Amino acid sequence: MKKENTVIVALAVLAAVVAAAWLLLVAPAMTGNEINMPRGVTSQSAIHYDLHMIVLWVTVVIGIGVFTVMFTSIVLHRKSRGYVAAKFSHSTRAEIIWTAIPVLILIAMAVPATTALVKMEDASGTEMTVKITGFQWRWKYEYLDQGISFISTLDAASNAARQLGSDIEPESVPNYLLEVDHPLVLPVGKKIKFLITADDVIHSWWVPELGWKRDAIPGFINEAWTNIDEPGTYRGQCAELCGKDHGFMPIVIIALPEAEFEAWAEAQLADSQNQQQDVERLWTREELMQQGKSVYASACATCHQPDGQGLTPAFPALAGSKIATGPLDAHIDIVMNGRAGTAMSGWREKLSAADIATALTYTRNAFGNDTGDVVQPITIAEIMRQNAAGGTTP
Amino acid sequence: MSTDITHAIDGQADPDQVHDGHDESDHKPKGFLNRWLFTTNHKDIGTLYLILSLVAFMVGGAMAMIIRAELFMPGLQLVEPDFFNQMVTMHALVMVFGAIMPAWVGFANWLVPMMVGAPDMALPRMNNWSFWILPFAFTLLLSTLFMDSGGPASGWTLYPPLVLQTGSSLVFVVFSVHMLGISSIMGAINIITTILNMRAPGMTLLRMPMFVWTWLITAFLLIAVMPVLAGAVTMLLTDHFFGTNFFNAAGGGDPVMFQHIFWFFGHPEVYIMILPAFGVISEILPTFSRKPLFGYTSMVYATATIGFLSFIVWAHHMFTVGMPLQGELFFMYATMLISVPTGVKVFNWVSTMWQGSMTFETPMLFAIAFVVLFTIGGFSGLMLAITAADFQYHDTYFVVAHFHYVLVPGAVFALMAATYYWLPKFTGNMYSEKWGKIHFWLSAIFVNVLFFPQHYLGLAGMPRRIPDYSPQFADFNMISSLGGFAFGATQLIFVGVVWHCVYRSKVRATARVWEGARGLEWTLPSPPPYHSFTTPPEVTHNMLSYAK
Repeated sequence: MKKENTVIVALAVLAAVVAAAWLLLVAPAMTGNEINMPRGVTSQSAIHYDLHMIVLWVTVVIGIGVFTVMFTSIVLHRKSRGYVAAKFSHSTRAEIIWTAIPVLILIAMAVPATTALVKMEDASGTEMTVKITGFQWRWKYEYLDQGISFISTLDAASNAARQLGSDIEPESVPNYLLEVDHPLVLPVGKKIKFLITADDVIHSWWVPELGWKRDAIPGFINEAWTNIDEPGTYRGQCAELCGKDHGFMPIVIIALPEAEFEAWAEAQLADSQNQQQDVERLWTREELMQQGKSVYASACATCHQPDGQGLTPAFPALAGSKIATGPLDAHIDIVMNGRAGTAMSGWREKLSAADIATALTYTRNAFGNDTGDVVQPITIAEIMRQNAAGGTTP
Repeated sequence: MSTDITHAIDGQADPDQVHDGHDESDHKPKGFLNRWLFTTNHKDIGTLYLILSLVAFMVGGAMAMIIRAELFMPGLQLVEPDFFNQMVTMHALVMVFGAIMPAWVGFANWLVPMMVGAPDMALPRMNNWSFWILPFAFTLLLSTLFMDSGGPASGWTLYPPLVLQTGSSLVFVVFSVHMLGISSIMGAINIITTILNMRAPGMTLLRMPMFVWTWLITAFLLIAVMPVLAGAVTMLLTDHFFGTNFFNAAGGGDPVMFQHIFWFFGHPEVYIMILPAFGVISEILPTFSRKPLFGYTSMVYATATIGFLSFIVWAHHMFTVGMPLQGELFFMYATMLISVPTGVKVFNWVSTMWQGSMTFETPMLFAIAFVVLFTIGGFSGLMLAITAADFQYHDTYFVVAHFHYVLVPGAVFALMAATYYWLPKFTGNMYSEKWGKIHFWLSAIFVNVLFFPQHYLGLAGMPRRIPDYSPQFADFNMISSLGGFAFGATQLIFVGVVWHCVYRSKVRATARVWEGARGLEWTLPSPPPYHSFTTPPEVTHNMLSYAK
């Protein structure tokens, strides 16, 4: 080897060793960032963590063995040291050994892997059920036993900071991108069944501390379960690419002791009864516009933008649009039922009658769309009732 | 017909009379268009494939730079999320179909006829067509980025219903996938035909170089799965534009069925990209160890076993869709099994090096890095096979780290090793060993700075395909991005080394190029004559490193 190349190689080997040590040892400690899977707060997450660590160490040990042999050879069996090549080209016995031993290791790994999977898929004996529906880009939670239902959306502070060119430091926002307006509240110590589905495209519901993720697929209802051991706040995200705001549909679970959970559930029910009464009365234009503005900001502005100018090409402007300034019935229809083949999904199932009515009023009067139209919550509630009746008796 | 060819060649076999009176003339067509557009020569077509792949590598790499720049720190600084998704999608499509696959076809074109002792590929006109489809297919695909509806933003897996939200540009994506598939199938037919019919006398199947063996198996995988992909995207097309409901649950269809069909293509596709790499490494390690490949026969059987297993493991890409327990168990066990033949390969490579007389020229360095880093990718693959643990790993940066380890320091490093190994043969010039080594060491270090922290990110909970993230992931994303920029810049050295070798190098390569090289291609002069073996050579024991 030329002397020049020897220097390159010596420097490079040194750099490689330093880089490897730094990546494996120094960087994780220096940053203080988590580098491993969380052990989590459920029996499943602990099993999955143990499984992960077993396989990780098995591979590390095999890796150290193989690479030690290889680098020993690289050091010793060099032409520059005058080593003369051996002539052997096969050894049936060696090859049988290194086929058989991996098979045995695999069988040993398959045992705990199978047990874990059987446990994961056993959703029997659950004590309450929550239905989770993913849609672009929110989660809807329905407590089937308690009769509570709400939609969970990225919180306003994160949403403002995450806009392109917002000039808001993400570090200044508490729990940036991992905070929602309505967290999923669950009791600890109860086996909870989740029924997971989606309304438009495929999403995936994942909270690492629970130990699993499961896809939310339109037309399918997937089953999963958990049993949270410790009260606390656990955060996760949608894990399946679901469109432009895939990175912005977090999941937050607040796990409460059973008594506190019951109190929370009662308060929720009382709240929804109040809302029910609110739908029956006539709202003033100011009330409609005020609530409409906040509904628009949380539900519509992601695509149609806060100023109603839309986002070409996929998301049309509402300012001056034919729909938002045209006949009211067509506008109600597209908001309630969506438009097939586009990202506009129907909001009938996802927003309350009051929310839809106020959002409609707002979009027909904001951004220079001065139609003067007012949509009352009762009107939308009536349409919802008719649709529901029509749905059951075709 | 094919037997006629073999017979005719057999009749005039005379190793002493390799070239007749036409030795001085290479019969190269005159004029640029005749030489390149209408060419039916395996070397010219191989060169075209390799140039296309280098261009695609740069285009796909530029997209990766955009992705890593946006992920440099939390918050959105550079691009809108929708464009980010387009970059993620196009980066994968360009790298898989534009950089890696055409590069392997390029090497197959150059090498298979020389390695089996044939004058050219069996079907030269089809060879021309299968290449010249590609530039048009890529123009179609890339043009979608400039269309009103934007490029595809659903990830390269094109999952419905999301992909059906793509605007009218979807039709261009589907048509370009059709064209890429047609090209691959024709290339595969050509390679199989050449290998099975045009081998020189004495070149028995179990004497073939490993690169030829791995490509033979790869070609069968291609023929088996490319039509499956074409069918899947055609169903997307009719769902989007003609009102069918293959994947629309509301119309009685099944969105998960697409995933099954896609991954029935997609998993063998993974091996289509890596099997030829196994072949290259099995050529290079013996050469620079000056020792025969250890366990040639078991290497052949291991490759065939991997090819077979690749058809029965597809659902490990979709463990979280909610399969029955029995299905999850089957795909877990089948996937774990793949590590057995893959392990045999790694152990055999290490045994090849053991007690060799090694030197460490650039191809050898890339080959050694391949063995180490591909094995790390294989280890994370074994972890991902464990279904219950995969419920945590799935769709995170851990998966991103895994497949980049097997594709970048795996397939791409093997391609670079192959380039340094055979470029002196192709051009007759030696590359700069100094700059080759600089390229290697910078690549080997920065590829790890780029991808190793992504293991940490995924385990700590960062999903893949997101343009922005919580500040808890900031440090390792920044390290990864810095590694990415450095790795990207390093590849410009590679372009420089290749350019220098082809046009500027003053050092002439000998016919054998490497002291320990064995195989028919090294019996030809460097550069080899335009029509590799006009009369078939008599393959003898000591011409091949694997000869029995």
